[in-house]
Parts: sequence; C-alpha cells; structure tokens
Amino acid sequence: MAEEKFDVIVVGAGPAGTAAALTAAKAGLDVVVVERGDYPGAKNVMGGVLYADMMSSLIPEFWKNAPLERRIIEQRYFLVHGESAVSIGYRNPQYANDPPNNFTVLRAKFDKWFAEQAEAAGAFIITETVARELIRENGKVIGIRTDREEGDLYADVVIIADGVNSLLAKQAGFHPEWKPDQVALAVKEIIALPKEVIEDRFNIESGQGVTYEFFGQVTNGMVGNAFVYTNNESLSVGLGVMLADLVKSGLHPYDLLDEFKSHPMVAALLKGGETKEYMAHLIPEGGVDAMPPLYGNGFMICGDAAQMVNALTREGSNMAMESGRIAGEVAKLAKDRNDFSVNTLSEYQRRLEKSFVLQDLHQFRNTTKYLEHNQHFLSLYPELADMALHEFFLVDGASKREKIRRIMDRVKQKRSLWRIGRDFYGLYKNMK
Amino acid sequence: MHAVVLIKQVPDTTEVRIDPKTNTMIRAGVPSILNPYDANAVEEAVRWRERLGGKVTVITMGPPQAKEALRKCLSFGADRAILLTDRAFAGADTLATSYALATTIQKIMETEPVDLVFCGRQAIDGDTGQVGPGVARRLGFEQLTYVIKVDEIDPEKGEIQVRRVVEDGIEVVRTKLPALLTVEKEINEVRYATMPDLLRAARQEIEVWTKDTIGADPNQCGLKGSPTVVSKSFVPSPPDRHLQLFEGDVAAQAAALAEKLSHLDVFAGRLG
Repeated sequence: MAEEKFDVIVVGAGPAGTAAALTAAKAGLDVVVVERGDYPGAKNVMGGVLYADMMSSLIPEFWKNAPLERRIIEQRYFLVHGESAVSIGYRNPQYANDPPNNFTVLRAKFDKWFAEQAEAAGAFIITETVARELIRENGKVIGIRTDREEGDLYADVVIIADGVNSLLAKQAGFHPEWKPDQVALAVKEIIALPKEVIEDRFNIESGQGVTYEFFGQVTNGMVGNAFVYTNNESLSVGLGVMLADLVKSGLHPYDLLDEFKSHPMVAALLKGGETKEYMAHLIPEGGVDAMPPLYGNGFMICGDAAQMVNALTREGSNMAMESGRIAGEVAKLAKDRNDFSVNTLSEYQRRLEKSFVLQDLHQFRNTTKYLEHNQHFLSLYPELADMALHEFFLVDGASKREKIRRIMDRVKQKRSLWRIGRDFYGLYKNMK
Repeated sequence: MHAVVLIKQVPDTTEVRIDPKTNTMIRAGVPSILNPYDANAVEEAVRWRERLGGKVTVITMGPPQAKEALRKCLSFGADRAILLTDRAFAGADTLATSYALATTIQKIMETEPVDLVFCGRQAIDGDTGQVGPGVARRLGFEQLTYVIKVDEIDPEKGEIQVRRVVEDGIEVVRTKLPALLTVEKEINEVRYATMPDLLRAARQEIEVWTKDTIGADPNQCGLKGSPTVVSKSFVPSPPDRHLQLFEGDVAAQAAALAEKLSHLDVFAGRLG
C-alpha cells in the first residue's frame, strides 16, 4: 500500500486532541487521530468538572446530546482545620438552565462521545495505537511512527496532544522529564451511591449537582486540595498535591485520600458508598515556565502536553479544548496558505496569547510557587479562621467587643498583623 | 472459500457489577467490546482465507453502535461487514437470534455460496453457547463446537477436519462442508492489526441490513419470537466457610489436619 498522507495527524484523543481534530475536520481537512487507549476516554482522568462555554464554541447546544452527569448549581469551598471548617459557597439553581455553566462528567463516557463528534465530522480515529516518535526530515516534522506494523503515518502538520506524559514531546527533546515541582499528583475514586441518596445528601434535584473543594489540613498543609463532586449515581472524590511536596512529606497519596475520606465532614457525605474505580494521574502545574516550545516546523503542542493547566483554579480541560481548537484553525490556515513552517504555525502562539489560555497562565505564573514558599496559607490561616469563627459563634456571655479583642489577641500571638498584611499583599501581587 | 463469521458486541463483563436489589446487570457506563471468542473466530477465518483465498464476511445483530465491533473485525482482515439492526430484533433470545442470523446467511447464499460459518464458543455476557448451534441447525450445516484446531480444509473434496474439546479429551472430527464451527480461545492468537488494515477498516462502508432486507418473519423476531422467560435471577450467597488454625510442629499439624478431614463429609468414601 502506498504511504498514507493526511493533512493533519492528531496524537491523543483527550479534550485537546479531539477539539483539534473536530475543528480541522469540520474545516474540510483530512484528519487522523491516534489514541493509545482501547477507546477515547479509556485512559483519560480529571477531577470531573467541564465548562460549557468552551464546549459550546466547539459544538453548539452540545448539552442536548452529550453524556453529562449533573449541572453544577452550587460551588462550595471549605477551609479545614481539625474537625471544623470555614466554608463559603454560592448556590443558584438557575445554573441548571440551558446553557449550563459547568457540569460533571465521567471521562470514559464523555470523551468517547466527544470523539464520535470528531468522527462524524470526518476524522479517522485509530485506537489502541501508540505514537512512538516523530518522523522528521530537513528540520521539519513530517509524520509519526506508531507501534503498529507498517505503522508510519505522514501529514503536513502533527498536532501533539498526548497528555502530561507526552511521549512525543519528550522524545523529540522539546522538554526534559518534568521536575517534581512542575507536576501535581492527583488520586481519585469514583464512589457509587444511589441517585436519591446523592440528591438528599447534597440537597439537589435530579440533574443538579454540586462541587465541594477542600483546602487546609486535608493536604497536611501541602499545596493542593481535595474535592467531592456529584455525578448522577456516584461521587468523584479526590485529592491532588504537588509532587515535590509529596516526596518531601514521605506520605502516600492514597493514605492522604483515605484520611480525607475518613474526615467526619467527608465521611458523612460518602457513607454507604462503594468504591467503583480508583485512579491516579499527574497534573502539569509548571505553568508558562515549564512550557515546551508550542510550535515548530510541521507541529503544534496542545493541552497537558504543553503544561496548559491553571493550577490555582484547577482548569485544564478548557485550556486543552481552547488550545486544540486554535491548533485546528491554524492547521486550516496553513493548508490554505500551503505553508506548514513556523511562518504560519507561529500564528498558534499569537492566538493563544490573545486567548485566556496564555493570559491566565502568565497572570498566575508565580502564585503556586508563592504558596509553596508560604505554606502557612494552607496551615496557619485555616487554623486562625477556625479559632476566630469558633470564638465569634460561641455564646459565652462575653460582649461582642470583648470577643473581637480576644480574637485579635490570639491572632497576634500566632503572627503579627504586619506579617499577615505582607502575606496577603504578596499573594495579591502574585495573582495580579 | 467463503466464510461468514457471526460476532457480537458485549459489555466488558470484567467491569460489570450486579445490582444487589434487582439482581440484574448494571450496564450503564460499561464499555462495549468485541466478544473475545469472536475475535478468535474472525482470526481463524482470515487465516484460512489467507491460505486458500476467498472471502470473509462478518455479521452482527445489534444496535447501531455495534458497528465499532464490526470495524474491529475489518481491521483483522475481514472483507465485508454487515450490521443487522432493526427495532423488530430487540429483546431476542437465542432462538430468535439464531433465526435472524440464519435468515441473513440464507439471504447471502442467494447470491454467493457460503462454505463455512465461524462463531465464538459463547458470548461472555449470556454464556449460553446456543446461537451457533441454532444457526447450524436452521441452515442444515454440520456443526463443530468447541474447536481448538482446524487441521485441514479441503475445498476440492469439500471436507474439513477439526479437533474439538470434549469432557475427557479431544475429539478429531472430519466432516463435509458447509459446516459451522464454534471456536475456543486457544485456537489462535488474535493479531495486532497493521496500520494499513486499520485505515482500510476505518474507511470501509459497513452495510446496514434490516428485517426487510432479509425478509424475516416478524413473528419469529425479537421479543415476539423469544419463548425464553427469566423467572428469577439471583446472586448466589457465598458458601459458609470456617477457618481453623492448627498449632504445633509440621507433623502435629498434619496429623490434626488428617484427623479433621477424616470426619468431614466431603471425603466420605474416598479416605481409607
């Protein structure tokens, strides 16, 4: 058989790769997607929340057909200290209306459906196949070598979206192995519970969901957080911390997760549930400083493979989709100009800089590092908040003025007001 | 030689759980796969076509998403794929399924002869192993079940010789074509398709046939044609288990164990 040449090869059928394939195929390009899993989604892991805005730009009114779990109507944050927690949240049932704002998904189902949309647009999806290396000629990427017999595929442009452990980017020397301070390790369980129990327990109607995020002692002060998200008939329960912190602490991630699950506040939410799945995955949290070159002659890199995750807001999938969509558009532009060199593909970087992807990543460039170097944000401050509110809500005959004096005294014992001011100014400066 | 392979898309039963209240399989969210025995059936058909020439046609009855399983068979080297899909087929038991599949093969035989039909020994979701024999009986083909090796196919004489597993050994059987085989896993090792085969499979059109294409009698299809009634399903409760630890040195432990066993019913009549 003559060698196979496509307009575009996409490596990886996650949110980034599928968005790229869908966009390019819709624009009329000849696209093939190579995915290592048994089916798209089989190996893909995330906390479990997707954002509708990004999906709508790819598939208008996607919510009518996509396998969504629950539409999020309440987002709540817990600052945990000991058995107590300070929480803040926002609930609005209107978020359940069309279009939803964000929603939970099970990736095995959702990614499969998403890939089917790319297939319907004309992309070929080749599963159970590993892209081992890039084929290069005269300083240009011209295809990929897979683990299949006669497995070379050629294309004008290769879109690399093979995830955090990107074999291709590493093999091509675009970046070395990630360092432990550039990736977080996340572990997650899917815990089955009857639909009605979930709706009772979380005070929601059918189709509605909540996200609970936990900070503070749940991660033993390490930079990271834990979460409970509601699916239709299960909960996604997980925890992620920076790998460097984890190594330093000597703790096992599953021990941390078990400890989190047995916290009285969490245990009550999970009671009677049966763990159906257990998964672990790396999250690229190195930000712009850890990014490989995003494009070159004949290739572009998207999503996790390019460290596109906002560690602070835990947004990854929408950055992946946005970068994939832009890569698909730039592939079309390159095809129209018949130029697949850096001259045209540099447009990918330009468009990313104009989008929230690189703008947010630049803005939060130093925030994670700042929190890592100032661990009292996740250890001392939860403790102070706990003490202050405990004192404030405790009715013991003291006047309110007296209570506030007590609180301030005890805060000052732990950390001077000047240092507290400096901490928060620092945080503000690092997020600006 | 024209071989037809009957395949089924099944839920990956390694990931299926049983609902403790209703005692039915929870299929939601469970990925579908090509029935593993059927992959061996396709592989065997393709291997014989590679030796003798001819054609391999793959057929499945199922919902539209069963196309995925057919595509997989194409990537293993099958030449033609037919999806038999119709609301009328829904709820079919093994009797109605074998009727629909046999009728499909008869329809094919109106335009070209069929020498062999390959099936997996059973589907991993129902575990009945009845559809293959049902099809053979309806077509009047010789049936060779639990085949672990095809020794020879002689298209000249129209004969086939196979080895099949029986309760206490292996039977070597020679018979006339056309024949239907149901195969065991050990018959071969399923290939890892080449990239050109994968792309060919991805591009190939899958034919969609309905009950009208094959001229099936609606009364013998689907729920209507299925006399099987599931009166009750249950999860067997685990047997009572007792644990006893014997103390002392090895000899003392062995003696105590032998003494204990000799009093248990399980060995009645077998020990001295």
